[in-house]
Amino acid sequence: MRSFTYNKADDVAAAVQEVSANQEAKFIAGGTNLLDLMKIDVMKPRHLIDITHLALKTIEETEDGGLRLGALATNADTAYNEQVEKRYPLLSHAILAGATGQLRNMATDGGNLLQRTRCYYFYDTDTPCNKREPGSGCSAIKGYNRDLAILGTSEYCIATHPSDMAVALAALEAKIRVTGPDGDRVIPIAEFHRLPGDTPHIDSNLQPNEIITAIDLPAKGFANHYTYMKLRDRASYAFALVSVAAALEMDGDTIKEARIALGGVAHKPWRLPAAEAMLSDQKATKENFRMVAEAYLEGAKGYGHNDFKIELAKRAVVRALQQALEMEVKS
Amino acid sequence: MGNNSVTSPPKSSVKLHINGEQKELQLAPWTSLLDALREHLNLTGTKKGCDHGQCGACTVLVDGKRINSCLTLAVMQQDKEITTIEGLAKDGELHPVQQAFIDHDAFQCGYCTPGQICSVIGLVNEGKAKSLDDIRDLMSGNVCRCGAYVNIVKVVQEALERSESK
Amino acid sequence: MIGNQTGKPVNRVDGRLKVTGGAKYAAEFTAPNMAYGFVVNSKIAKGKIKSIDTSKALALDGVLEVFTHENRPGYVWGDKNYQDKDSPPGSPFRPLYDNEVQFSMQPIALVVAETYELARYGAILVEVEYENYSFDTDFEKNIKQAYIPEKYKSSKPPEPWGNPDEALANAAVKIEAEYSHPSEHHNPIEMHASLAIWEEGGKLTVYDKIQGVQNSQQYIANAFGMQQEDVHVISPFVGGAFGSGLRPQYQLFLAVLAARELKRPVKVVLTRQQMFSFGHRPKTVQKFALGADTDGKLKAVQHDAFGETSKFEDYSENVVIWPGVLYNCDNVKVSHKLVALDVYTPLDMRAPGGTTGIYGLECAIDELAYKAGVDPLEFRKMNYSEKDQNEGKPFSSKELRECYRQGAEKFGWEKRSLEPRSMKEGHNLIGWGFAQGAWEATQKQAAAKAVLTTDGKLTVSCATADIGTGTYTVMSQIAAETVGLPLEDVTFKLGDSSLPKSPLQGGSWTVSSVGSAVKLVCDKVREKLLQLAQQVANSPLANATLDDVNIEDGKISLKNDPAKAVTIKEALVQSQGKSIEENVSSEPVEGQQKYSPYAHSATFVEVKVDEDLGTVKVTRVVSAIAGGRIINPKTARSQILGGVVWGIGAAMEEETVMDNNLGRFMNHDLDKYHVPVNADVHDIEVIFVEEKDDHVNPLGAKGLGEIGIVSVAPAIANAIFHATGKRVRELPITLDKLL
Repeated sequence: MRSFTYNKADDVAAAVQEVSANQEAKFIAGGTNLLDLMKIDVMKPRHLIDITHLALKTIEETEDGGLRLGALATNADTAYNEQVEKRYPLLSHAILAGATGQLRNMATDGGNLLQRTRCYYFYDTDTPCNKREPGSGCSAIKGYNRDLAILGTSEYCIATHPSDMAVALAALEAKIRVTGPDGDRVIPIAEFHRLPGDTPHIDSNLQPNEIITAIDLPAKGFANHYTYMKLRDRASYAFALVSVAAALEMDGDTIKEARIALGGVAHKPWRLPAAEAMLSDQKATKENFRMVAEAYLEGAKGYGHNDFKIELAKRAVVRALQQALEMEVKS
Repeated sequence: MGNNSVTSPPKSSVKLHINGEQKELQLAPWTSLLDALREHLNLTGTKKGCDHGQCGACTVLVDGKRINSCLTLAVMQQDKEITTIEGLAKDGELHPVQQAFIDHDAFQCGYCTPGQICSVIGLVNEGKAKSLDDIRDLMSGNVCRCGAYVNIVKVVQEALERSESK
Repeated sequence: MIGNQTGKPVNRVDGRLKVTGGAKYAAEFTAPNMAYGFVVNSKIAKGKIKSIDTSKALALDGVLEVFTHENRPGYVWGDKNYQDKDSPPGSPFRPLYDNEVQFSMQPIALVVAETYELARYGAILVEVEYENYSFDTDFEKNIKQAYIPEKYKSSKPPEPWGNPDEALANAAVKIEAEYSHPSEHHNPIEMHASLAIWEEGGKLTVYDKIQGVQNSQQYIANAFGMQQEDVHVISPFVGGAFGSGLRPQYQLFLAVLAARELKRPVKVVLTRQQMFSFGHRPKTVQKFALGADTDGKLKAVQHDAFGETSKFEDYSENVVIWPGVLYNCDNVKVSHKLVALDVYTPLDMRAPGGTTGIYGLECAIDELAYKAGVDPLEFRKMNYSEKDQNEGKPFSSKELRECYRQGAEKFGWEKRSLEPRSMKEGHNLIGWGFAQGAWEATQKQAAAKAVLTTDGKLTVSCATADIGTGTYTVMSQIAAETVGLPLEDVTFKLGDSSLPKSPLQGGSWTVSSVGSAVKLVCDKVREKLLQLAQQVANSPLANATLDDVNIEDGKISLKNDPAKAVTIKEALVQSQGKSIEENVSSEPVEGQQKYSPYAHSATFVEVKVDEDLGTVKVTRVVSAIAGGRIINPKTARSQILGGVVWGIGAAMEEETVMDNNLGRFMNHDLDKYHVPVNADVHDIEVIFVEEKDDHVNPLGAKGLGEIGIVSVAPAIANAIFHATGKRVRELPITLDKLL
């Protein structure tokens, strides 16, 4: 870890001003990924702005009947929030599928979106990595890539976004509220994270001088038919090989609306509204689920060790949709 | 930028409230809470097993919640109530969870144990573990390489029963 | 010896220290004016350091020195001086010896600074230029160059017996299979650490994470040209090791070097990532050709192993002794070759050779049993070995049949159908698997000292270690029982190089070796006690011999008239204030070499495999152990539980992955190298069967550190086959292999 200076910000405006004034400054909130990466010299801010005292911790209803998650609400407070548990159980389950009790008590919702990939090479400064050091090359494409992406990859990077929460947010069409020097703006979750392209070092469309203030959940929570399925190499405390956030709105045995987002397969939560629409007004059959799964994985490309993810993701989509469907039968 | 100006960071006064006592240290901001405990306060009961939030050995309670002390800066924890393993026994009497770890032999080498114990207390405070599977999942943030999990789960079950009967 | 202390499930005597944070591990000691060292590791796998620029690091205020091959002092540099008590044949790695890089993540510099954070920062600022050489890290590619070492570190593979080629050719039922076990890293949760304190007059005190303080002591003395008595190594608690502490690791050398040069205490703690920069379980590939008759009688075994080693040492382990130990077969042929790679030398890791060898053998036997159409447990019964065929000796004891019986009953094995894919529950295929295992119960030479003070308190000591195995506790129990004192009046001391001589703590031989020494020294104390008791005025024991008395609960009494007694305290009055002090050195018991001493295990496993997704859950394990006399059923059970958890890790999760483009292990942290977590572990039942053994050692105990792990991974793999009908011959069995 390199030397850095530290300051506590008193309000959002001051935080934005401070970060705008210093290109080498970073915000710190939960710190669970930033300090992790600073210790191994992957991230090297020279100044940290502690934003944990900003008034961004509340979870409250919005005027349009949705729910606003303060960016500094912890993952634990969000997952266990009564409104979230009741109206957005998909989100609650996704958060609880990630990390551990301890980490969820520290990590914030805003920080969760901004966590970096867990690619082996990104984490090892003695190896080439375009995300860490643009232009140095990608070690993963021809190296060990079991955990890495099969969709939306580029010749420069095949990293995945590691968040579980973001996958559920993608399925729920959340909106990210941010504040910058020029005021506030709202970024739909689908446009928040980027594909690697030839700029894999830029994870998201959040500008360096902007701060996330809240995450807005639309009114529709799919609380009757949902599943967050996470497949990984051990039963807990591991990142996803493949995860699926699945939600259905049913009318009898006909699907009115389906939402599907995949995690562990791309540089961002992978959602294809056009493919989801194939299920609208269709019967909820295994064949139809398989059809949409095939559509989701169209164009998927394996890099050797992660080839299996293509078939695994298809099967996971089918299973997750089945589970989401069968939920109400049980209750 | 890119050119490392080699300076060590300035130290400032950091006040930590640990196990009911106020401690004042001169620390640079880069000192983690874990290193502050172990290297500056000689509170070595809190363990370092990975320094990256991947093992849970450094678990302490902050305002009653379990966290990884390796992934926070000491300077950020100044207005909080920090409890470490050294602060659990009262007047020489072990906390019931500590005693249960001994009775169930829920450890071998003992290195992950302080973190496990703080984690169990944090888990009970959270009140979210309703089943055996919940316990196993919610204790998965504490790796025990000696493999004492079966016995640790017994400790948690007992602790949950105790908290319910209160 | 049926005692009043041993055999009881007493709590660990060091439990209170461990649950209060009072137990101090190596990195937790401190010294005035202590400096911190942080290691810089090599980026490349093989080559030369062209230049190493430490100026930026040294310019950092608070950095004291950066040690590299360029400025390291010229102590003693002959490679033999770096050998330790667990060195394989070859030339040990010498830290900072020269500019040659022999493996990726090799330590190449040590930054020493006033604080930990400064040393860590300084390490980033060291700039290195390398000349890259081509390297060999690809095991499969290099297997063609496998060789028979001049000298095995382990025992030499047994010579063939019978006529294995002909027997195989004539066998009615045959299988051929290749099994692969990956490299694994020990990953104790405590990272390796050393604090070296340089004292006036050239003496050194070192706190080290090690499984044998006298090994570190000897290593430092030899490597630095010091007298052994000038080096004092202390290690009261070890936060797990599993073999990683059998050899002194490089942080010890570097801490001592820096402390000696800077004349101040230096502490070096490795990072978790650096825990992947030294010894590991070697990748091992095994080829089997097995033959049986149609009834399931084993007719031929051919077992050829290929194990990873480094280019500078020939590491080997006992991979191929198991057919001769576990099965009765007239025609057997085995071999063990090494594949040398540009990696650090592999290092004994929990049940070295057994974990890999028994995994391969027990899966291959399962295949053969299936091919013969015989229940896998029945197959083992039919081919049960009554003697160790490698050595041609009877076992000192072997209650494995009782393990089969009790384990099968507890598990419900008789309800099993042979057919794979015959049990299903929703999406889950259910499978039941079996495997058996063994581990040698060795006794080594060990010494012990006992001091009984006039207040009736006994202190027994030996320079062994407690790596979580319960050494403090079981030795206290043995001592308390032998001398006849309550447990709380006994203290056992270990982890100090000035204590009586101990073998390394490993190989499941500590109870057998150190325990026997403790028993012997306490027997001497007993003798002295009786003599003193006889000096008491009008002693009722005046004419008694040791055989005539009981010594327990602080009293020496006549067996046939217990009312006639002298208390230990009364007896001690006769010593005129002098303590009873005894020293012994205990050798393996006479006549032992006529027998082959092994502990045995039978493991029954249930798995549930998701038919579509390939996820595996080990829902039930029954582990039945024949381990001789159990000194403490509570700590013994924990050892076996731990072994089972390790087996789960080996079967399904653990693998250190080599990137052959970079010659580097890539998943070098606990996020990317998966060890089992709580959620991976479900029901585990441990059974200890009665096993009396008069030959193995004076205690009749066999040691339990390794027997718990050896048959778990194959039982899981066999259960997965039974569930799915798919035979995965490569560990770990991750979900992709079952899709």
